[in-house]
Amino acid sequence: MKLPLSSIAHGRSGDKGNHANVAVIAYTELGYEWLKDKLTAEVVATYFAPLGASRVERFEAANVRGFNFMLYDALAGGASGSLRTDTQGKTLAVTLLRMPIEVPADPEALVRPGERGT
Amino acid sequence: MKRVRIGNGCGFWGDNLDAPLRLAIVGRPDYLTLEYLAELTMSILAVQKAKDPRVGFATDFIDVLGRLAPIFSHLPKLKIVTNAGGMNPYACAAAARDVLKKAGQPEKPIAVVSGDDLMPRLDELIAAGHEFNHLDSGAPLSSIRGKVVSANAYLGAKPIVDALKLGADIVITGRVADASLTVGPAAFEFGWGFGETDLDRIAAATVAGHLIECGAQVTGGLWINADDSLRLGNVGYPLADIVEDGTFSITKPAGTGGAVNIETVSEQLLYEVADPAKYYTPDVVADFTTVKLKETEPDMVAVTGGTANGITDTYKVSIAYRDGFMAAGTLVIAGPHAVEKARQSAAVFLERLRRAGFTFAASHVEILGAGATAQGILKADHDPPEVVLRIAMRDPSRASIERFTKEFAPLVTAGFAGTTGYTTGRPPIREVFAYWPALIAKSAVTPVVSLV
Repeated sequence: MKLPLSSIAHGRSGDKGNHANVAVIAYTELGYEWLKDKLTAEVVATYFAPLGASRVERFEAANVRGFNFMLYDALAGGASGSLRTDTQGKTLAVTLLRMPIEVPADPEALVRPGERGT
Repeated sequence: MKRVRIGNGCGFWGDNLDAPLRLAIVGRPDYLTLEYLAELTMSILAVQKAKDPRVGFATDFIDVLGRLAPIFSHLPKLKIVTNAGGMNPYACAAAARDVLKKAGQPEKPIAVVSGDDLMPRLDELIAAGHEFNHLDSGAPLSSIRGKVVSANAYLGAKPIVDALKLGADIVITGRVADASLTVGPAAFEFGWGFGETDLDRIAAATVAGHLIECGAQVTGGLWINADDSLRLGNVGYPLADIVEDGTFSITKPAGTGGAVNIETVSEQLLYEVADPAKYYTPDVVADFTTVKLKETEPDMVAVTGGTANGITDTYKVSIAYRDGFMAAGTLVIAGPHAVEKARQSAAVFLERLRRAGFTFAASHVEILGAGATAQGILKADHDPPEVVLRIAMRDPSRASIERFTKEFAPLVTAGFAGTTGYTTGRPPIREVFAYWPALIAKSAVTPVVSLV
């Protein structure tokens, strides 16, 4: 079964020069462990392939159940030179959170506490 | 244990002008920090200053200070730390003094932190062996040296501590790392040094500074789960209550909109970070992966465990250089089949420029409303009533970009039915300043602190 990533994680994105960072934070510990295997740098690189990043690297911040993806050279010049509307990658987090992701048959333990059973 | 309350009332140049006043009145911070400088703001300020030596700083700060002036008599201990000085902190300080005088306020001691501007010394530094190679590509600065308009080292918190030691109530800096605006007051209040002994505490305060530096982004702004109930129209700006041991809480003034919880704080913790175990600042390399978050009260998150992961012997240098011109214009295209019509309109537009004999270094077409911010990733799942066609061009030739800006209006009559939205005139032409990050040995840069 697949659900949008947003049902088990939240996030935020921004720029570092011509690189973008996309943080994805799991709502639960189980979700974090699940995403460790499912949301790899390769998966994110494939999803964002049209951005033309030279490379995608994943960092882990287990303390906040977070993954930080660096999308190198993904901003077509960045804040100054990019011709895009989203020069700074501000929308990349909400875009990534729309990605359908495989979830366990009973995904209840991965969704945001307080929104379960809906 | 001793504690200090540091608030951030401005997260970038362009932020809400009333926020600092509201935060000062309701939040009662000991220190109000105001952050104005993005990566490329300095280049714009440098060009302004070259034309007029009285400008080149963040003028919004003077407006904000004028609004704050009437409350200073009620809050005599409030201190302000800001990087509004930009390329011209002395002129900023003079304007600050003027606006306080006009408001009938007693003089406040103002200190200026400078020494970040490396432009006057650039060739001397290069001759002395400082290479300023591009931090990512390794390319030598010589490839763009003639086009450089600004070069600023990111200074740290130490000169801010020195300014506060001189008795300043208002500290105006040039390019100082954002988080250092918070680290400075904390280090001053608690007597922290910048050596090994206090490095974990400096790192913890860096986490605090990082969390509040973007203003409302930690108090509900941009939060994925924000909705109407959050009352973002009256969003409260952040406060960091820092204790002598480096632990702190993030909160916001009572009665304001927004939210402070583990989600808002963890989103901001990872915002614009590369390796979260190595967050580089001039003061410390902070490890964000050791940080623990806990909701202790409604709209309050306790943050513990921030640690240092070393310290570097270099400052980051932000260099900007002239890189041609650009413009972007929009037209609204109504449907049916708005997406396809917009695509065809762009083709017509580009053909006309080609027929006129113009070529461009780079061009970009977006159809907003049909997945433009995620081009090739998402697309409209229905036929939208209308879309926005946006075309952007960049080129070394200003004349070519100027010609480009004149091609929008003709589409209103010579394009497809349902074309509108051309009421704002020709799009403005903007000079492009490209970003060149580099490093320099700390020993080659001398921060200057003076009461003015």
